[in-house]
Amino acid sequence: MSELAIETTGLTKVYGDTRAVDGIDLRIPRGGVHGFLGPNGAGKTTTMRMLATLTRPDGGWAEVLGYDVLRQSDEVRSRVSLTGQFASVDEDLTGAENLRLLARLYGFDGKGARRRAGELLAAFGLDDAADKQVKKYSGGMRRRIDIAASIVVTPEILFLDEPTTGLDPRSRNEVWDIVRAMVAVGTTVLLTTQYLDEADHLADRISVIDHGKVIAEGTSSELKASVGSGSLHVRVMHRADRERARAVLVHQLGVEVSAAHDPHLLVAALEERGRVTRALTALDEAGIELAQFALGQPTLDEVFLALTGHEAEPDEEEGEAA
Amino acid sequence: MTTSTRAESPVAQAEAIASVLTSSSRPRRPNALQTSTIFGWRALLKIKHVPEQLFDVTVFPVMMTLLFTYLFGGAIAGSVTDYIAYIAPGVLVQSVLFITMYTGSTLRTDIDRGVFDRFRSLPIWRPSPLVGMLLGDAVRFLVASLLTAAVCLAIGWRPEGGVLGVAAGIGLLLIFAFSLGWIWTFLSLILRTPGAIMGVAGFTLMPLLFGSNIFVDPATMPGWLQAWVEVNPVSDLVTAVRAFMNGTEVGVEALASLGWSAALVLVFGSLTMWRYRDPR
Repeated sequence: MSELAIETTGLTKVYGDTRAVDGIDLRIPRGGVHGFLGPNGAGKTTTMRMLATLTRPDGGWAEVLGYDVLRQSDEVRSRVSLTGQFASVDEDLTGAENLRLLARLYGFDGKGARRRAGELLAAFGLDDAADKQVKKYSGGMRRRIDIAASIVVTPEILFLDEPTTGLDPRSRNEVWDIVRAMVAVGTTVLLTTQYLDEADHLADRISVIDHGKVIAEGTSSELKASVGSGSLHVRVMHRADRERARAVLVHQLGVEVSAAHDPHLLVAALEERGRVTRALTALDEAGIELAQFALGQPTLDEVFLALTGHEAEPDEEEGEAA
Repeated sequence: MTTSTRAESPVAQAEAIASVLTSSSRPRRPNALQTSTIFGWRALLKIKHVPEQLFDVTVFPVMMTLLFTYLFGGAIAGSVTDYIAYIAPGVLVQSVLFITMYTGSTLRTDIDRGVFDRFRSLPIWRPSPLVGMLLGDAVRFLVASLLTAAVCLAIGWRPEGGVLGVAAGIGLLLIFAFSLGWIWTFLSLILRTPGAIMGVAGFTLMPLLFGSNIFVDPATMPGWLQAWVEVNPVSDLVTAVRAFMNGTEVGVEALASLGWSAALVLVFGSLTMWRYRDPR
């Protein structure tokens, strides 16, 4: 049995002139959540589809649980499960019918399929909606039935493609709880997301993907550490004090201090945290009143900006399903 | 979670999910026939939920039958009752083959919605979602056939072949329709919108259906058209179905139709499965 959940070398997919996935190397261990983070069109979905045997690679090779995605695709398919970006259940059928259909396809008999569908609907809080057509479900319910459909037979790896895109905060938290519950019993979850806080909250390890390439990899803390020790945000009480405060901070911290759009706010990227206390004392001594100050780890937004030179712009309109 | 409409707390839900994950057994893998039949069952469930899908198989054949019988009946054969024996088997073939092209746009819609991604990620015999879909369609075609036959009977058709002859004719027609369906599944995997698929399918069907012996005896046609009608597989099918239903001797055309069916499945079935590995 392979130690790794996923291993790829030079994985490539070309659509026309676009290198959607441009030589991706991955070594993802079993267990926990691995996140693919990147903006729309970065190649996250295409990579995931190749690993789930839905799209054939044009170059490189990939093994999932030790099985080659091209030559042993059937072995891969019987061990992984996928929840796509769009509803991957039949919207015309009811929730119960969808689960029964999948259970029968996995080999349950009519009675067994009915029982399994019932268990899943109960676990995902969908009893009341069992006999409603999926197209009448809310966004959150649809995600839950999608995920339930992926675990009719327990997969070793679950692929989740943007599981919370378009969900309200409560439904998003529900999906996060479900993912954590699955990881707790040993399922490996691979998820794509364009939300930095999602990767931050959920993923044990993150691969940052941009223009079809992995541009950084590590835990969320490692990624943050790679761009410095965080930033100091200072809000002055009176906007007239801002320039004076800026001069004090530049002097004390020895780094660039940028004035934000907010006329009260100053932001300094820190090189070392030790000088912060002294800088704040100096501001006090200079008689500058502060409304607020905050010392933070860099956000993944800042990490992304530092790594790619452009912001992680989530663009709701443009799909990545190509 | 007190304001939640759901009774469970996250902790209870986590336990419930853990329990369904660990309680799952992995049954024996079903065979190709079983999975295809299960997808056929899905097609029937869809008809149950969206009965409008039966609109094309009910209204269209009735319209076709009445229109063509009364439009051409007097002019071609002198009277409707004389023409009906000739046209009834033909109009039956025409109605059903025309309806087959909806298969393509239905499949495209399924692919666009993402549900085929789920099917393609399952450890099952790969063609089974498509075979099952065409089997479900065969049920729709059967409804169309029976309805067309009923309308023809109501306006005076008395097939010499009797019930068995009519049944044999419909059987042959369904086999051909199932095989023709693979052209549309292939189209739906290479064209990107249901509209484009309908367009190309309509364009393909026109010469097949109208350039045939469905409506008139080819003897009256110019030579080049006769040559086309002669090689058109639909002409063989119509001749065979006509022979079964009218109780005349069934010639080599029945075998030719089965041969065409096998060829269609072989060529377009393979092309479909080749594209199905990596559709866009």
